Amino acid sequence: MEKVPSFFDTPSPPRYSGVLSWLITTDHKRIGLMYLWVILFWFVVAMFLGGVMRLELMFRGETLMGPSSYNALFTLHGVIMIFLFIIPGIPAIFGNFFLPIQIGTDDVFFPRLNLFSWYLYVAGGGLALATLFIGGPPDTGWTFYVPFSVGTHSNVSTAVFAAFVLGMASMMTGINFVTTIHRMRHEKMGWFQMPLFTWSLYATSWVQILATPVVSITLLLIIAERFLGVGLFDPAKGGDPILYQHLFWMYSHPAVYIMILPGMGVISEILPVFARKPIFGYKAIVFSSLAIAIAGSLVWAHHMYTSGMSDTAVFVFSLLTFIVAIPSAIKVFSWVATLYKGSVLMTPPLFFALCFIYLFSVGGLTGLVLGAAGTDIHVHDTHFVVAHFHFTMFGGTGFAFFAALHHWWPKMFGRMYHFKRAYWAAVFITFGFLLHYVPMFVIGLQGMPRRYYDYVAEFETGNFVAGFGAAFMLVGLVLMLGNLMVSLRQGAVAASDPWGGTTLEWTIPSPPPLHNFIKEPEVLDYPYDFTQVLKTRRDDVEVS
Amino acid sequence: MPMENNPVELVDRAFYFILGFSFLFLFAITAVMIWFVIRYRRSRNPVPSDVRGNVWLEIAWTVIPTLIALAMFVSGWQAYTGLRTVPDGAMEIKVYAQMFSWIFVYPNDKETENELVVPVGTPIKITLTSEDVLHSFYLPSFRVKIDAVKGMTTYAWFYPDKVGDFVFHCTEFCGTGHSSMDGALHIVSVDAYETFLEEEVDE
Repeated sequence: MEKVPSFFDTPSPPRYSGVLSWLITTDHKRIGLMYLWVILFWFVVAMFLGGVMRLELMFRGETLMGPSSYNALFTLHGVIMIFLFIIPGIPAIFGNFFLPIQIGTDDVFFPRLNLFSWYLYVAGGGLALATLFIGGPPDTGWTFYVPFSVGTHSNVSTAVFAAFVLGMASMMTGINFVTTIHRMRHEKMGWFQMPLFTWSLYATSWVQILATPVVSITLLLIIAERFLGVGLFDPAKGGDPILYQHLFWMYSHPAVYIMILPGMGVISEILPVFARKPIFGYKAIVFSSLAIAIAGSLVWAHHMYTSGMSDTAVFVFSLLTFIVAIPSAIKVFSWVATLYKGSVLMTPPLFFALCFIYLFSVGGLTGLVLGAAGTDIHVHDTHFVVAHFHFTMFGGTGFAFFAALHHWWPKMFGRMYHFKRAYWAAVFITFGFLLHYVPMFVIGLQGMPRRYYDYVAEFETGNFVAGFGAAFMLVGLVLMLGNLMVSLRQGAVAASDPWGGTTLEWTIPSPPPLHNFIKEPEVLDYPYDFTQVLKTRRDDVEVS
Repeated sequence: MPMENNPVELVDRAFYFILGFSFLFLFAITAVMIWFVIRYRRSRNPVPSDVRGNVWLEIAWTVIPTLIALAMFVSGWQAYTGLRTVPDGAMEIKVYAQMFSWIFVYPNDKETENELVVPVGTPIKITLTSEDVLHSFYLPSFRVKIDAVKGMTTYAWFYPDKVGDFVFHCTEFCGTGHSSMDGALHIVSVDAYETFLEEEVDE
């Protein structure tokens, strides 16, 4: 392929250079990378906050800090991980970078709105940080349950407002993606020629647009309660705390699908590439994404079986919860079947993807325990739940994020990382992960509640062992990120298609030129048709 | 003193049923996945087959898991019904939750704090409310958990089938004292319970 200047060398708008050429850019790829750096920053911060929490919990009684610091710590860990890492992670970085390319166009539909979303995201993060210095960090947990969040003296208002601003950023990205997919798809690309990652972003974006306003308003209502004493949620004034929980989960449960769907999309891209074989059941995967987006919006009150809501509501929400499990199961079966009679090449992205399938399956299956009404009563708000959602959110979305980093890194930066180090990192993270969270299932079943600063003797061993898991995980994560950073300077130069993929991002240079396509993109009738790759391809991994 | 349809057994049965199937699924998925990766590795299988799907297989792995999931729902719902259906003749104890302790009020208006004493063999119904923020009364040994909400009354029940001491916790985050908001359930003989009720509060 002829040598063309990449988007790193051609700023857009062209008259600026240096830092300014990034801060006012409307290029979707530059915005994607700006998200990458900020999101990684927050991930590392929250990762260490989590590490300190587990260190505190390794021994009974006060180890490092008192209960109020611990409460602030788990709140910040949750708020940062959820609002600043998992929700925006895959869509804002990889969605921004690859969605326009995968559908054969040169940018998103609203490039300036895209940049504005980034600024809102940064502002939201700044506000979250500001709570540390004004009025003390919030100590409510990321759920901000009333009446506690209305009465506490910590700076809940600022934290809640930060979440509100981050919600705006997320909503605008959603609007941008939906519009881009509808209006800017290559003319030869029908809906069922779209890559599955793009499909997953499409489903996610609708949930972002429809569900986020609910939480935005709810969060503003908390501020109104705190400053004006409206009494919507305060029983002393005739308000209803359960109403708050409904409003909160009406967004926050669909939000877990905002978090996981893009991750599922990543896995659906990676498996065919490294098996050199069409994804098994393309349409089933598309429809299961849409089914998850729709059914996932109707199950929110399964977080509330013990809240005091009616038994009828428990019946309905438990039943719906089991229905939403099916599309996820279909995806897992389809991924595994994709490997059947493939030509499987082990690489770091595939390794992360396989770990994803295992860990996400554990997360999904333990979700059944929580969906069933009778069993949920016992494990609700215990460490079982903590382990469950870390298996889905970290073992799921987190591992999909790592897989995406390794899959698309050579495309984004034109450099290939060190494989052996990447494997070692992945092994450390996965081993540490299991050592960290499996004991939490056990102590959760034994009855250790979550958000506990201290605990009874029965739970000592589990918490002690989990601490070692956390240490392994941290070592692995630092190694993984270090390996990627080092590759930017020392990595081999990656070819335009290092793996042998079929979607459009692999037909353009690495890193891509400013307008993505130099010549007219060739849209395949079926996006995972490997016939051409098999005919022309010699090397397994192409670097020069 | 065993009781027919003790909800603890129903809940545990649901646990075994759901977790059993889960382990089976997890093992099958993982084993098949690893086997495919090894069996069809590129060095051994350089030319992949062009398999894009299989309608019957896809229908099978949609319908069968749906049936299993519905069975899990039913077992969970049965257990839940057990937890919610208070048997006749249950003794009612009122519970007031506050930051950060539990107050129990017995039928004769005797009060205790963080200590719940009940006679063996009588089903106990607890009715809860909160004086301030949300709390949740969690009795792990009896699979019971219910939120205490200010301005409304919630209930749960359990069957104290054996004499002994058990712990309970607060499981709805309520502030700095959340993790120390626990206490003990003492299940005592009927005689001991009668004596306890007549004792003057000496604290």
